[in-house]
Amino acid sequence: MSIHPRRARRAWMEGVTLALPIALGYIPIGFAFGVLANNAGISTLNAVLMSLLVYAGSSQLIAVGLFAGGAPALSIVLTTLVVNLRHLLMAASLSPYLRGWRLTELAAFGYQLTDETFAVHSTTFSNRVVRQPVAFGVNLTAQVSWVFGSWLGCTAGQLIPDVSPLGLDFALPAMFIALLVFQLKETAHVGAALLAGLLSLALSQAGVARWNVIIATVATATLLVLLDRRWTKS
Amino acid sequence: MDQKLILYTIVGMALVTYLPRLLPLWLLSARSLPPLVVAWLRYVPPAVLAAMLLPAVLAPERRLNLSVENLYLLAALPTLLVAWRTRSLFWSVVAGMALVAVGRAFLG
Repeated sequence: MSIHPRRARRAWMEGVTLALPIALGYIPIGFAFGVLANNAGISTLNAVLMSLLVYAGSSQLIAVGLFAGGAPALSIVLTTLVVNLRHLLMAASLSPYLRGWRLTELAAFGYQLTDETFAVHSTTFSNRVVRQPVAFGVNLTAQVSWVFGSWLGCTAGQLIPDVSPLGLDFALPAMFIALLVFQLKETAHVGAALLAGLLSLALSQAGVARWNVIIATVATATLLVLLDRRWTKS
Repeated sequence: MDQKLILYTIVGMALVTYLPRLLPLWLLSARSLPPLVVAWLRYVPPAVLAAMLLPAVLAPERRLNLSVENLYLLAALPTLLVAWRTRSLFWSVVAGMALVAVGRAFLG
């Protein structure tokens, strides 16, 4: 299917605009990652490569800590697997919207699926049909800002003092709050959010770090589907 | 530190991160799923977002903190209102950041 070039360009720009709040959060966090990676003895090249190839913020920060502590490679890879397994659920929940996409398009889309791009996509996909250029505009803007932030942290980390007075550390939590509010269209969604949130909090307080998000999400979705069925049957 | 070993580790990390992102897209997007699975998947976005958000806001330093000293908690409620009223991602993020910045300036 060919789209008029001007319309395609407008679609790309729409994606870039949708991703601006993500970039606002990714640049400072990427910056922090770059600073920490360098301090842990990871070269600038490797730190930037990690942001290019792995591209998963929390697992990258955890890996830096493990590298600094001299953890063996295998344990770093396994920890990364566990921490990032939640993307399995996100990709599955987006998949019904991606029918008719080419395999290469799916491969590119999945490569840049993060918590934040997932949150934006699941909101826009549930409202309307989203064309590939919009989705890729979101994804590319997000990863470019992440890689740029990481590089900046490696090269200029020592020059810039604390960024916390700007409140930039709250950019991503604020974004999650907004995207969660946009998701709440039915009472059952509010129930799902409350239940999963509290369960995840309880698990993490009980020391079940890294698995808490996956366990809470799977348990909540399963419970609500079962309740759903019981209600519709009776 | 041995940069070559770090590079190999990064490649391993990339692989185990990419597969969970890719496989559901390849395996699920081409077929129509049973209604029960579709219903289940509909609960994933609100559930997974809340599961990531609540610990971040209520326990920003890992320990549960429901006091007024928890700046994230103080900022979260007005941010939620802004999101609800404006339906704008941009203004919600700007409001949230401004609240945290102002809170830090005044509360120390």
